[in-house]
Amino acid sequence: MRKIQVLGPGCPKCRKLAENAQVAADQHELDFEVEKVTDINEIMKFGVMMTPALAVDGQVKAVGKVPSPDEIRQMLE
Amino acid sequence: MSWKTEWKKFTAIVAVFVGLCFLPIGVTRFDNAIVEALQLAKWYAREHVLLCLVPAFFIAGGISIFVSQASVMKYLGAGANKVLAYAVASVSGSVLAVCSCTVLPLFAGIYKMGAGLGPASAFLYSGPAVNVLAIILTARILGLELGIARAVGAIIFSIVIGLLMHLVYRRGELEKANTQVAMPESQVRRSLWQNAAYFGAMVAILVFANWARSGDVRAVFLCCPGGLSTYQVEGTLISRSGEQVEILDVSGKTHKIPADLIQQEEDVEKSSLYEAIHRLRWAIVLALLAGFVLMLRSWFVRAELLEWVDATWGFAKQMLPLLLLGVLAAGLLLGRPGPGHEGLIPVEWVNAAVGGNSIRANLFAAVAGAFMYFATLTEVPILQGLMGAGMGKGPALALLLAGPALSLPNMLVIRSVMGTQKTVVFVVLVVAMATVSGIIFGAFF
Repeated sequence: MRKIQVLGPGCPKCRKLAENAQVAADQHELDFEVEKVTDINEIMKFGVMMTPALAVDGQVKAVGKVPSPDEIRQMLE
Repeated sequence: MSWKTEWKKFTAIVAVFVGLCFLPIGVTRFDNAIVEALQLAKWYAREHVLLCLVPAFFIAGGISIFVSQASVMKYLGAGANKVLAYAVASVSGSVLAVCSCTVLPLFAGIYKMGAGLGPASAFLYSGPAVNVLAIILTARILGLELGIARAVGAIIFSIVIGLLMHLVYRRGELEKANTQVAMPESQVRRSLWQNAAYFGAMVAILVFANWARSGDVRAVFLCCPGGLSTYQVEGTLISRSGEQVEILDVSGKTHKIPADLIQQEEDVEKSSLYEAIHRLRWAIVLALLAGFVLMLRSWFVRAELLEWVDATWGFAKQMLPLLLLGVLAAGLLLGRPGPGHEGLIPVEWVNAAVGGNSIRANLFAAVAGAFMYFATLTEVPILQGLMGAGMGKGPALALLLAGPALSLPNMLVIRSVMGTQKTVVFVVLVVAMATVSGIIFGAFF
C-alpha cells in the first residue's frame, strides 16, 4: 500500500489538505493510506518549512499551499 | 446507554443547568456587562468590519497568494549572509506569517535547516506582531501610534533578541540537518512595480475609506476616579454642564465624561488638506477602486483571481468568528472604553495591576501576555477593553509585544524544537524586552 502524508501542525488549512488528499485517494484505483504528520520535528525531517505540505511515498510534492483533489490525483501518478 | 461514553454529555448538561439556576440576572454589574458586550460587538460591526477588516482580509489574501515566499526564504537559508538574515527575519513576518499557524514550522525550519538560532528567534518574536492584519487592526482600534510602535518595536527588539540568543549559545550552533529544503515553486508573472501598485492600491483604499473627520476639541481625561492612566478623545463638543462634558467623537460615538475626571481640554487645529480629503474620501476611494479593477483585469488571469478570493475568504472564515468571540469576551469582562462602561472586572483591579507606567505594571503586562493565549487578532479588543478600564499605554505595548509571540501551548512546541534551557532564555528575553519597550513607550506617549 502506498502512502500519502499530510504535513502540518493542525491548522485549518492542514485539515482542508487532509480532506482533499482523502478524496483524491478514494478516487484513485490503487490503495492509498492518508497519514497526518503533526509533530514539528517530524515535519522538519521532510525539509518542509511552509505548512501545510503533502508528501507521496516520502517525496514532498506540494509545500505551503492546499492543492485541490484533482491536483493531488495528478501527484499520485 | 453506556455510562463510559455518555458521562461527558451528562456532566455538561448538568453544569449548564446548574449554572443557569444561579445566573446573576438582575445584579447591576452582570446586566451592565451583558449590555457592554453587545454594544461593543455592535460598534465593531458598524465601524470596523466593512471598511477596515474586509480590505485587510483582501490584502492578507493577496500577500499569501502573490508574494513569492520562496524569494524571502532564500535570505533565511543555511548559506545566507548573517547580517541580511537578521534584517530579513525581523520584517519577513509581514509576508510569511499572515496566519499564526505558519509561524512555528517556519521558526523550526530556520533554526534547524536555515540561518540558525539567532534569525529563527528574531523571526519567532516579530512574526506575529508585524503581520499585516494585526498591524491594521491595532492602528485602527488602539490608535495609530500604538500600531506603529508595535511594528517598529517588534522589528528592533527581534534583532536584539536574536543577537542575544546567538551570543548566549554561539558555541552550540547545531550541525545543519542535511536535508534538501523543499520550497514552494514561485511563478513570477508580474514585475515588481506591478505587484507594488496592486498592494499600494489596496492599502490606499483602506486608508482613505477610513479617513476620519478631525474633531474640534480634544479632551484628556482620567480613565476612572483615582485612576493612573489618561485617555484621550477627539470630536465635537455637544454639551457641557457642571457635571459632565459630552463629546461626539470622530467615529460617531458619544462620550459622556464626568467633569471631575477631565484633566485638559484644548481646541484642535484644523488642517484644510485633512478636511478636504475627508470630504472627498468616497470620490478618492471610487477612483482607486476603478484603477484597481483595471489592474486586476489586465495583469491577472482568472484562475489567480479565484485563488486570491479563496485565500481572502479563508482568512475571513478563520478569523472573524474568533474575533467576534474576543470582542464579546472583552465587552463582558471589561466593558467599553470610557467612564461608566464597566464590565465584570472592576476598573480598580485593572488600575492596580496595569495602570500608569510603572516598572511593575509593565512587567505584569509582559508576563501575563507571555503565558496567555490570544487567537489571532483577539488581542486587540481585549487590549482595548483593558485600556478603557485604565491600562496605561506602556503596559499595553508590553502586552502586545509579549502576547501574540508567546503562549503556554506554543512554548511547549518551541521547547520540543530547541530544548528547555533555550526556551527559558528566550521567554525571559522576550518578557524583559517587552517590559523595557513598554516603559520607553509609556514615557513618551
